[in-house]
Amino acid sequence: MSKDLLAIGNSLIASRLFLGTGKIPLPKMKQVIEAAGTQVVTVALRRVDFDQPEENILDFIPDGAIIMPNTSGARTAAEAIRLAHIARAGGCGNWVKIEVIPDQKYLLPDNFETLKATEQLVKDGFTVLAYMSPDLIVAKSLEAVGAAAVMPLGAPIGTNRGLKMKELINIIIEECHVPVIVDAGIGRPSHAAEAMEMGASAVLLNTAIATADDSVAMALAFRLAVESGRIAYLAGMCGETSYARASSPLTGFLD
Amino acid sequence: MSFVQYMERFDRQECCHVLESTDSSKARMLLTKASLSPADFLLLLSPAAEAVLEPMAQKARLLTIKHFGRNILLYTPLYLSNYCVNHCLYCQFHSGKKIVREQLSLVEVEAEGKSIAATGIRHLLLLTGESCAHATIAYLSDSLRILHPYFASLGLEIYTLSVEEYAQMIQAGAESLTLYQETYQQESYAQLHLSGPKRDYINRLHATERACQAGMRRINIGALFGLAPWRQEAFWAGLHAYYLQKRYPATEIAISLPRVRSSHEGFTVPCPVNDKELVQILLAFRLFLPQAGITISTRERAKLRDNLLPLGVTTLSVGSKTTVGGYFVGEKKGNQQFPVADERSIGEIKEMIRRQGYQPVMKDWPASWNQGDAGVRSGFACQGD
Repeated sequence: MSKDLLAIGNSLIASRLFLGTGKIPLPKMKQVIEAAGTQVVTVALRRVDFDQPEENILDFIPDGAIIMPNTSGARTAAEAIRLAHIARAGGCGNWVKIEVIPDQKYLLPDNFETLKATEQLVKDGFTVLAYMSPDLIVAKSLEAVGAAAVMPLGAPIGTNRGLKMKELINIIIEECHVPVIVDAGIGRPSHAAEAMEMGASAVLLNTAIATADDSVAMALAFRLAVESGRIAYLAGMCGETSYARASSPLTGFLD
Repeated sequence: MSFVQYMERFDRQECCHVLESTDSSKARMLLTKASLSPADFLLLLSPAAEAVLEPMAQKARLLTIKHFGRNILLYTPLYLSNYCVNHCLYCQFHSGKKIVREQLSLVEVEAEGKSIAATGIRHLLLLTGESCAHATIAYLSDSLRILHPYFASLGLEIYTLSVEEYAQMIQAGAESLTLYQETYQQESYAQLHLSGPKRDYINRLHATERACQAGMRRINIGALFGLAPWRQEAFWAGLHAYYLQKRYPATEIAISLPRVRSSHEGFTVPCPVNDKELVQILLAFRLFLPQAGITISTRERAKLRDNLLPLGVTTLSVGSKTTVGGYFVGEKKGNQQFPVADERSIGEIKEMIRRQGYQPVMKDWPASWNQGDAGVRSGFACQGD
C-alpha cells in the first residue's frame, strides 16, 4: 500500500481521508486530525482571522497538513473567485476547494457558477477542487477546464445519510480522469468504506467525526474504513449477482 | 405571494384551537419526524408539548450540533443614535420620552468601533432609533464604511428601508439585517405603536423581504415576546422565517427571542413570558427550523443564557452597552434602550462557552469582502410560492 499515493496538483498524498474543520472544536483539532491520519484539511476562509492570530483556526492544524481553504459563503462565481484570492494573499497556499452555494437551507452547490469559478481560478494558477452536485456533464466540463479533482456530494452536507447519489457518483468515477472525492453526506465509517470500494479516490467529511461523542475515536474508525475500502477496491471487488454461484457449474458437461 | 397573503392561508381560529391542545402523545410522535410542517410547529407551541420538553431539548441539542457544530458566534451591538420619531409604548427611546438625545459623530463612530474591535469582537450590530433626519442614509453608509476595516461583519438594526436603500447599505458594507416585527398581532401592533412611520404594520412586515431582494446575506427576525400572547407570536415569527427561507433560499434566515421588560415609567408587560415558556419557544423554533441561527441577547440574565446555550442557540451578544456612546465616548451620551441583564465580559462569556464544551467563534465572515460582488444569480433569489 505504501506506493498507493493520490496525485492532486503537484502533491502526492498517502491519506485518502480529507477532513473539514468547521464543526470540530479547536482544542480537539490536532488530536482528531492525527487520529484520522489526514494530510488534507479544508478550512472555511470565513472563519480564518488573519488579524487575530490567537483565535486563528489555522494555528490548530498540525504542521505538514495541506490546508485547502474553501469558499464557504460564496453565492456566485465572482464571490468564490474573490475569496480564493483573499486566501492566497493571506498565505493559505495554492489549493482551493470551490463551494458556490446559493441555497442556505440544503446547502446545495450551484454547478454552473462552480464551473465558471473553476475555469477562472485554474487560469489564475490555483489547484482547484470543485464541490458539486453529481452530474457527469458538469464533472467532465470541470475536468476540461482544469479542475484538479471533482468532489460530488454523497448526500446534502451534514445529513449523515450516506451515498444517496451512488448511481451518479459511480458514473462520474467511471468516466472522469481526475480524482473523484466524495464530499458531504458521509455519516458512518461504512459509508466511507463503500465510497472507497466504488473506486472514489478519497472522501472528505466533517460532521460525522466532529459531532460524535468521541471524535478522536471516530476519526480512527473512519481512517480504518477508508483504508479498508481502498484495499478492497485495489484487490478487485467481485461483482454482485442475484443468484447463487454453484461450485459445480450447470453447463460443465459441455466442456 | 406576500407574507401577509401567506398568513391568510392559515385559519386563525383553527390555529388558536391547536394552540390549546393538551394531548402530549401527539406532540411526542412529532419527535420522530424528520421534518416538521407548520401544523406540527403549532402543536409544539401548545400545552401538549409541555410534557415533552426534555425530549424536545435532547433533539434540539443534537440537531443544532449537526447543523452548526458546537460553535457559538459572538457579536456586540453599537448604538449610533437614539433620536426617534416613533411612539412605541414599550421602548425607552420613544419620541414621547424626555431623554437626552444623542447621535455619534463619524469621528465618535470610529472611536467606538476601534474600542470594540480591541476587545476581539469581529461581528458588530449597528443600531439607531427611527429618525431619518438624524440617522440619514448617508450617515449610515458613512458609518458602515468607517467601521468596515475593523470588523469581519457589520449588521444593521435600523428603521425600515426600500429595496434600493438596502442595496446602498450592502454596498457600504452591511452583511446582515435585524428587524423584529415586535408583534405579529395587527390589533396589538396598532395599540402599542401610537405614532410615527413604524405604525405601518404591513410596511414593517414586508421590509425583511425587501432586504432579501436587495441581496442582504443574513436576516434576523423575531417578535418582542411579552407584547401579545406568546404562542401565537411564536407561531407567526417561526412561520415568517419559514416563508423567507422558502422564498429567498440564498439568504440565511435567523431568529431571535427577545423578551420585553416592564419599565419604571409606566409600561407593564401585557403578556409576560416565563423562562419555561421561553424554553418551549426556543425548542419549537429549533425543531421546526433546524437550519436557522438562533440568538439570545444580553436582555436575558447570565444563568439563564448559560442554560439555554445547549438547547439550540447559535449566537450570543456580549459586552453590550445599550446607550449611545457606551464603549468609549462616555455614558453621558444618553439613556439605555433596555437594561443589560448579563454584564459579563467577553473573556468570561468565552470561558463559559468553552466550559460547556462549545467553541466561541469571533469571526464567521471574510473581512475585506468586496461588497460590490454581492447579489445572487438572477432567478434564484425569488423562488417558491
